[in-house]
Amino acid sequence: MKEASKLKKLWLATLMVLAMLGAACGQKAGDTSATGGTSTDDGDTIKVGLLHSLSGTMAISEVTVRDAEKLAIEQINAKGGVLGKQIEAIEEDGASDWPTFAEKAQKLISVDKVATVFGGWTSASRKAMLPVFERNKALLWYPVQYEGLEQSPYIFYTGATTNQQIVPGLDYLKGQGKKRIFLVGSDYVFPRTANKEIKAYAQANDMEIVGEEYIPLGNQEVATLVNKVAAARPDAIFNTLNGDTNTAFFKEWKTKGIAPDAMPIVSVSVAEEEVRAIGPEFLAGHLVAWNYYQTTDTPENAEFVKAFKAKYGEDKVTSDPMEAGYVAVHLWAAAVEKAGTTEVEAVKRAAAGIEFAAPEGRVTVDGPTQHIYKTARIGLIGPDGLIRQVSGSDGPIKPDPFLRGYDWAKGLT
Amino acid sequence: MDAFLGQVFTGLSVGSVLILIALGLTFTFGQMNVINMAHGEFIMAGAYTAFVLQDLIGTDTSLVVALPVAFVIAGTLGLLLELVLVRRLYGRPLDTLLVTWGVSLMLQQLARDIFGAPNVQVRAPGWLGGSLHLAGATLSYSRIFIIGLVVVSVVGIWVFLTRLPQGARMRAVMQNRQLASCSGLKTHSIDRLTFFIGSGLAGIAGVALTLLGSTGPTLGTNYIVDAFLVVVVGGLGQLRGAVIAAVALGLLNAFVEFSTEASIARVAVFVAIVAFLQFRPQGLFVMKSRALT
Amino acid sequence: MTALAVPKLGTLTPWKRRGIFLAIGLVLVVVAPAMLSGFRLALLGKYLCFAIIAIGIDLAWGYGGMLTIGHGLFFGMGGYCMGMLLKLQEAGPGKLPDFMVWSGVEKLPALWKPFGSPVFALSAAILVPMAVAAALGALIFRRRVRGAYLAILSQALAAAFAILLIGQQGVTGGTNGLTNVTTFMGYDLNDPVNQRSVYLLIAVCLGIMYLLARQIVESRYGRVLMAVRDREDRVRFLGYNPTTVKVIAFAISAGMAGLAGALFVPVVGIISPALVGIVPSIEMVIWVALGGRGTLVGAVLGALVVNYAKTTLSEAYPAGWLYLQGLLFVVVMAFAPKGVAGIAKVLKERFGGRKVPPQPVSHQPAEAAEPAT
Repeated sequence: MKEASKLKKLWLATLMVLAMLGAACGQKAGDTSATGGTSTDDGDTIKVGLLHSLSGTMAISEVTVRDAEKLAIEQINAKGGVLGKQIEAIEEDGASDWPTFAEKAQKLISVDKVATVFGGWTSASRKAMLPVFERNKALLWYPVQYEGLEQSPYIFYTGATTNQQIVPGLDYLKGQGKKRIFLVGSDYVFPRTANKEIKAYAQANDMEIVGEEYIPLGNQEVATLVNKVAAARPDAIFNTLNGDTNTAFFKEWKTKGIAPDAMPIVSVSVAEEEVRAIGPEFLAGHLVAWNYYQTTDTPENAEFVKAFKAKYGEDKVTSDPMEAGYVAVHLWAAAVEKAGTTEVEAVKRAAAGIEFAAPEGRVTVDGPTQHIYKTARIGLIGPDGLIRQVSGSDGPIKPDPFLRGYDWAKGLT
Repeated sequence: MDAFLGQVFTGLSVGSVLILIALGLTFTFGQMNVINMAHGEFIMAGAYTAFVLQDLIGTDTSLVVALPVAFVIAGTLGLLLELVLVRRLYGRPLDTLLVTWGVSLMLQQLARDIFGAPNVQVRAPGWLGGSLHLAGATLSYSRIFIIGLVVVSVVGIWVFLTRLPQGARMRAVMQNRQLASCSGLKTHSIDRLTFFIGSGLAGIAGVALTLLGSTGPTLGTNYIVDAFLVVVVGGLGQLRGAVIAAVALGLLNAFVEFSTEASIARVAVFVAIVAFLQFRPQGLFVMKSRALT
Repeated sequence: MTALAVPKLGTLTPWKRRGIFLAIGLVLVVVAPAMLSGFRLALLGKYLCFAIIAIGIDLAWGYGGMLTIGHGLFFGMGGYCMGMLLKLQEAGPGKLPDFMVWSGVEKLPALWKPFGSPVFALSAAILVPMAVAAALGALIFRRRVRGAYLAILSQALAAAFAILLIGQQGVTGGTNGLTNVTTFMGYDLNDPVNQRSVYLLIAVCLGIMYLLARQIVESRYGRVLMAVRDREDRVRFLGYNPTTVKVIAFAISAGMAGLAGALFVPVVGIISPALVGIVPSIEMVIWVALGGRGTLVGAVLGALVVNYAKTTLSEAYPAGWLYLQGLLFVVVMAFAPKGVAGIAKVLKERFGGRKVPPQPVSHQPAEAAEPAT
């Protein structure tokens, strides 16, 4: 009798496995092969994926980009959609966890059969997703500034590459006569690669790197780091910290009582949303380098800020990555209209040379690099939490992800 | 010299936050054999208390008001945890670890749903804004405040344990539960009191942490592992042990990190602890016991 | 305390057991690859890797009473050993893996050099975790520190390892880990045929590990291990050395996690610190806890079901999933510590109308009996 019950249990186990397989197959409908994911024109809608961290340490930043992308989709749908069809956004949570980004990207491509994906913030998440998109010959629009030295045929980069953000930031510091620079960053690929480039720049431009420190993402214990920076007495600090660590860093730095104009911190991952979160009193007087600010004076931006606040609330701010996400959706829609299809290769061909009157000014897709022309802007954080431009490039800068136009960058690639 | 002093100060302030967190753990572990992984979420509850109060009554007084309120809120959460779950698990320390971890997952998600996934900021009151300049080092008022707060709390707990009848009962149960029970002590109500106080201290730690960084759903998880290491090094249920171990850990971490880097410091601290346990497997201080293991 | 000691399947006749094993094997090896798309098959392959870890954890925890919250560490070590091999094969002789190029590393670090050899890398994937586990186990068990200390120290070690991996970007790929693994022993992993082969390899390894674990728990050694779990002091008085017994089980358990890590890399294409730290380590324990510790089938099922639920439910309700996961965990651990396998048993006994005396649930009688000091 006892034996029989054991036996039953094992059959139960077998059945459960079978049931799981069955359930998995149930989802297989229309999921013919793993390497599809190109054509979705047959339905009434065109599906696109939005893949950002809605939880975890990066949620603070990424949720805002997702919101901007949804705004753009809403605007396009209100004008009749693309190719006469409405865009349907499918959201997934990358959970600030890079393998999850890869898994969810694969799911969007092969299960949901989306036409394209807008997603990512950290370079770590992009590097994790890149092989998935290349393997499936699917398209990713990546909306955040990054470290350069990359050019995937299946990614469009609508944020700044190095020569549109970091190099102008360094040029500004050089122009201000800052010679001794301290580098602080989060411990992942963007800060490390960016700092490698900064060191090459410094060597060629008679600047000295007096220290280089990294803190794991999400870590808030920065007192030792701040002591190290203060002990090195640099002229300026180049900050590539990401996420919550910035809060702890600026709070701790403030207690040192060093005036921002004597030792400015130049941040490349702190925008309006982060300033609002950290508190303007800790940041006022410090510098940032971006391509867009909420205060950027264009008619398109006035409209963008107004639409965003109308949709999400008057207290919301707009920032550079949000704008880049917003631009990405519009550029993709324009490319699809031009190509007459959502087929990836056709969209890629059509995207080259497409222009869009973006909130930051006119942007153009550079065909060969799949980056966009962007205007560099150095901004000063004000006590009201808004960022005002203090210096900027004359016009949109041609993207140069591998820094081929700079002699000092020869050894980098 | 000024860097040295700065690091001593940093180590002390990091260690003092650890003391507050580890005290609750060492009492619940020592007295009830409960490994409470949800302790980190009591820290978070304290921090969010400070955040809510700041909106209600303004930043000038909210911090001071938040301390007792956070103590009560976090303590009540701990009490609820004890009443609903933990008391079913006495005698199964490893199971308490896993159950309370499940609780911690849910509390984190609850915080995410109430306050949103992004971290929130608590503004320090103006009078904690500056810093003290001493022998070339800058000691921020907020960290001095935290160290002072911890000293007051530790002295308070010490007085409670040694001078008050409830404290004496707590020590009795911690030292020998059966004997205490035989002597007529209501061990279960004493367990509840211990849980309340231990969790309340975590709430105070949470308020203190808002002065240093931002507050998010996973705030507690960053500290819980270190706090457990403090418990292991200090010895179970040991006030002195927890204080010394926490300060030692804070200082060690601060100095290794200053001379190398953050990730190396973590590994160095861990190696030091495993080595230490080879010499004193029961931690710095051991409660006398006739137990076999 | 006697109720738990006997392996649950021990009473089945060998032929019936073999039949059932073959039936499940058939489903996994023949039916699944025929019915599932590449994406779903890869997911199932991932779950099977996790099932291997679950068997190992069950061996250490369910049968040996050692709660480890550090198996992410061993899984990661196996994964990184394999990842290093595959990245080197991909880069080709004399070239650097992609992430080193962008991390500013100019010369292959010494640590990487031996991993160009498949034999070395594959044996390291299993032996390195075993060696680390044996060392950690020996240091902890030798001094007879409490059972809970292993949990605390192993989780601290997993955390430290994850932070170290993140901090040494030039050598480990940093927080990204080793990504973009596209070939396995020279075979293109984008090819569905090769994907299927990798899946089959994993299924076969799972089968072997299951049989190995079965052998271990039914052997004399297995009985001593369970005795150590139930009353370590008595076993010591009988003349056994509990430290050795525990270290062996812990090392085998770690070796299985290492193997799972090595198999995980070709099927998922990535190994990163996010898979190594405390949270994944605790999740691994959850699979075993929910499935039912002390039964190998329960551990395997737990890993498969929990991960399947995680994938589907977190797609549908990301927030709801976390509540459900926490709640499931609390309910199972607090009220049904023997997991789903235990619940199924109780239900069946109710249905059969037989009266079965309630079974003690404690897995730590040694500590339960100990006066709370």
